[in-house]
Amino acid sequence: MPDRPLFLERASFRRRRLGDAARVLPVVSALLVLLPVWWMPRLISFAAGAAWFFGLWAALILAVWALHRALLRAEAVTLRAEAAVVEAARERAAAQAAETGDTAARDSHGAF
Amino acid sequence: MPFETLVAGCLAYVALMFAVAFAADRAAERGRVRWLDHPLVYTLSLSVYCSAWTFYGAVGYATRSGLEFATIYLGPTIVCTGAWWGLRRLVRVARMHHVTSIADLISARFGKSNPLAALITLIAVIAATPYIALQLKSVRLSFEVFATETPQGAAPGGAFGGIGLWVAAGLALFTILFGTRNLAADERHHGVVTAIALEAVVKLLAFLALGVFVVWGLAEGPADMLDRIARAGRDPELAEGWLLRPDRWTALILVSAAALVTLPRMFQVMVVEAADEERLHVAGWAFPAYLFAMSLFVLPITVMGRELLPADANPDLFVLTLPAAAGQNLLAFLVFLGGFSAATSMVVVCAIALATMISNHWIVPGWLALRRRPAGEETEDLRGLVLNARRLAIIAVVGAGWVYHEASGGGAALASMGLVAFTGMAQVLPTMLGGLLWRGANRRGAYAGFGTGFALWLALIFLPSIGIGALPPLPERVDPLAFSIFLSLSLNTLVFIGVSIFGFPDPVERLQGLSFVSAVEPIRHSRMTRGEDRAEPLLAMARRVWGADPALRFFQAEAAQQGKSGYLPDLTPNFLTRLERRLAGSIGAATAHAMIDRVAGGVALTVSDLLQVADEAQRAKEEAQRLESATTELARTATQLREANDKLTALSVQKDAFLGQISHELRTPMTSVRAFSEILMTPDLSDEERARFAKIIHDEAGRLTRLLDDLLDLSVLESGRAQLTVTAANLHDLIGRALSAASATRPERSFTVERDMPSEHLPVITDADRLLQVLINVISNSRKYCDSDRPVLRIRARRSEQGGAQIDIIDNGSGIDASRQSLIFEKFARLNDPARAGGAGLGLAICREIMAVLGGDITYLPGQGGAAFRIELPRRPPAGAAQTHS
Repeated sequence: MPDRPLFLERASFRRRRLGDAARVLPVVSALLVLLPVWWMPRLISFAAGAAWFFGLWAALILAVWALHRALLRAEAVTLRAEAAVVEAARERAAAQAAETGDTAARDSHGAF
Repeated sequence: MPFETLVAGCLAYVALMFAVAFAADRAAERGRVRWLDHPLVYTLSLSVYCSAWTFYGAVGYATRSGLEFATIYLGPTIVCTGAWWGLRRLVRVARMHHVTSIADLISARFGKSNPLAALITLIAVIAATPYIALQLKSVRLSFEVFATETPQGAAPGGAFGGIGLWVAAGLALFTILFGTRNLAADERHHGVVTAIALEAVVKLLAFLALGVFVVWGLAEGPADMLDRIARAGRDPELAEGWLLRPDRWTALILVSAAALVTLPRMFQVMVVEAADEERLHVAGWAFPAYLFAMSLFVLPITVMGRELLPADANPDLFVLTLPAAAGQNLLAFLVFLGGFSAATSMVVVCAIALATMISNHWIVPGWLALRRRPAGEETEDLRGLVLNARRLAIIAVVGAGWVYHEASGGGAALASMGLVAFTGMAQVLPTMLGGLLWRGANRRGAYAGFGTGFALWLALIFLPSIGIGALPPLPERVDPLAFSIFLSLSLNTLVFIGVSIFGFPDPVERLQGLSFVSAVEPIRHSRMTRGEDRAEPLLAMARRVWGADPALRFFQAEAAQQGKSGYLPDLTPNFLTRLERRLAGSIGAATAHAMIDRVAGGVALTVSDLLQVADEAQRAKEEAQRLESATTELARTATQLREANDKLTALSVQKDAFLGQISHELRTPMTSVRAFSEILMTPDLSDEERARFAKIIHDEAGRLTRLLDDLLDLSVLESGRAQLTVTAANLHDLIGRALSAASATRPERSFTVERDMPSEHLPVITDADRLLQVLINVISNSRKYCDSDRPVLRIRARRSEQGGAQIDIIDNGSGIDASRQSLIFEKFARLNDPARAGGAGLGLAICREIMAVLGGDITYLPGQGGAAFRIELPRRPPAGAAQTHS
């Protein structure tokens, strides 16, 4: 069983970092929503607060949208790369098999 | 607007919903689910989160508490920012186990325990009843608003009381029609979901239209709006309520975040109705966007409502009274439809979810427990029973909501009734999260934690909300709701963790825990069956749940997978596990488990079974490692085979060449024998000529004989029929004889022979003649092929470690190149051109055969500065060889 590789190629590395971002995002958003109210409730309760929360809200929606898009793309890239590796291996194996098969066929003609 | 017009409009809208649901169900039946499965439809169906509480209550809430209303939507938004790893995983695990409700999820996780599911169902029902009442109330209120706003002012007074009943009955009918059509294993209701998605669009459009009208029609654009909000904030009457309190803020965000995954209706649309987790890629941002759009205009509507409407107007109804007061009747009607949609979609989904829970965890287990008959004798139609149980439960749930609505008279504000439901279902959160993230969580912990939370919620939140009991006195700065939420949730969590730590879960639970926490397919259930003939009763049971055709299809597919024809698969653990999970999709994990146990006969899992599972995992790992090494081995073998193949190919070519060669070899002497014998037949030959020709014939015949002798010798040796005459001999003498015999080969060449006389005096026990044959052959070869100008032949003999003898014969010629070394001992191998060799190429092959018979070996020694052969003799010939002792 192959061990986990020590270093990842670019596509998988990027996908994992994006995954990290997806884990951090809820924490960041929770902090941004909760902290101002604990910190300065009087300032945040009225018009300024409305502007802050709705602005933050819109930013979070955009962030999730961008993150999901990037993650889906990174996933697709990784999948393609994996598929390419598998395909290459399969072709190599097929070529080898064909070669061996040819030789065997020649032999069976040669020997009598 | 006249009451009759309003009712007619409503009925037309309801008819549209029925038509849409019907069409979607028909489309799904025909397999055209591509459009129905669109992530957008899924996202819109999630908007069932925005019930009438949102639609009407948000403005009322904002009037009383300002920005605090936004907590209800910010909580889910925060959860959605973690959709990628959080919600997706929840959906994946739930789909894997064919979970039918939140209660089923938790029961399946904690060892398929039905009492736990029944308990969760209980809190869900208690929490949902006021919530459903709230929806009915909102519809009744909106009717009242419209009817009193009619110019005639002569609304039929008695009608309003009946509205709640009529709406409840209509909703129950809709839910029964489209929510209990089938008992499919995957529990999806395309008709309901599509209708709800359409209602979501109506809700959103209505609210946005109202918002746009308020901001640009009543106020003068966004800047003016912000000014007015700021002014309202300075209003001392509002400012006190609008001031955000951090503890409440945090508690409400926590509770609403929990509500997104724990409310039965949210679990229904988000998890149960989802075909897979892929759609969360879109819903992850689109659903927060929907919430954003629904909340954006809440504050403007609040502020404008306060400015324009009389002070005693109900803020919960600003959304309706504001456009109506401004004379925008069409807009008001649209808003009315939006509110109607919000209320109805919530009731429908909530009723489906609760009915599933009630039938799967209360009615069906109870029924099965009451009618305990020997397995196999049951003939009743379980499918009908389950569906009827659901219909009954729908009527009961909606009916309870209506009764509550009638009884309470609708005093409480909308928002507080919603919060009661949210906080109740939030008690499920610790158990659910613990079950999904922590393998150590166990059933006792779940009971204890959830029970504690449930009791605290009843005492601190639910009962006070209906006017029974009250909170103990709290310091003035502590908010009672926030206090109750924090107390119940933290005690719930602590007890859950504490009891789990000291518990030891049973094996089923541990298996399920592993599957849930690692999000892997459940490991095969090591279920034993009593007999092999139980497949038929199982089929009968599945038929009773799914109906005949789906059950037959499933069994046939399973049998085909096992390579059997017909409908009765072997009762392998894999098959039983799959069957159980499919059944769980229809009737819940606990009931499915119990039923299969009854019919197939189950032996309880033991700890040793679990260890066996672990063993299997270990074995699988070892197997993989073994495979890997086998692969390497194979690769090695392949290399060896390729080498062997190359050698065979080369030999085959040589053999072909040699067959030509040997024919030629035989033919040449034959030709001369024939030719010269013909000459001999002519009478006029002198005696001298006659003698010469006779000698030629004699020589050629001799050559032929030698060749044939060689071939015969070889075949005798190869077949192992060679007779050995074993004697003791001195190696020195043998080498001497061999040298003198070989000197006949190319006698014209003078060889310097280097010998180490003292070491040659080795006694050997072997067939001396055969060994001599080998020595002669090797030495003659050297004489024949050594291409040095001053040829030197070195002969070294020594006692080998095993007690035999070792003779190296080395010349100083150019040797044999590596590519041919492997071939020289093959029959018919001849390196140079045949004419020069003058033999048939059998010499070394014969040598090798002789040495094999003598139990020794002859090998080529590379790298000795010429052709070098090593002859190895054992102490004595092997016992197996045919021997004659002399």
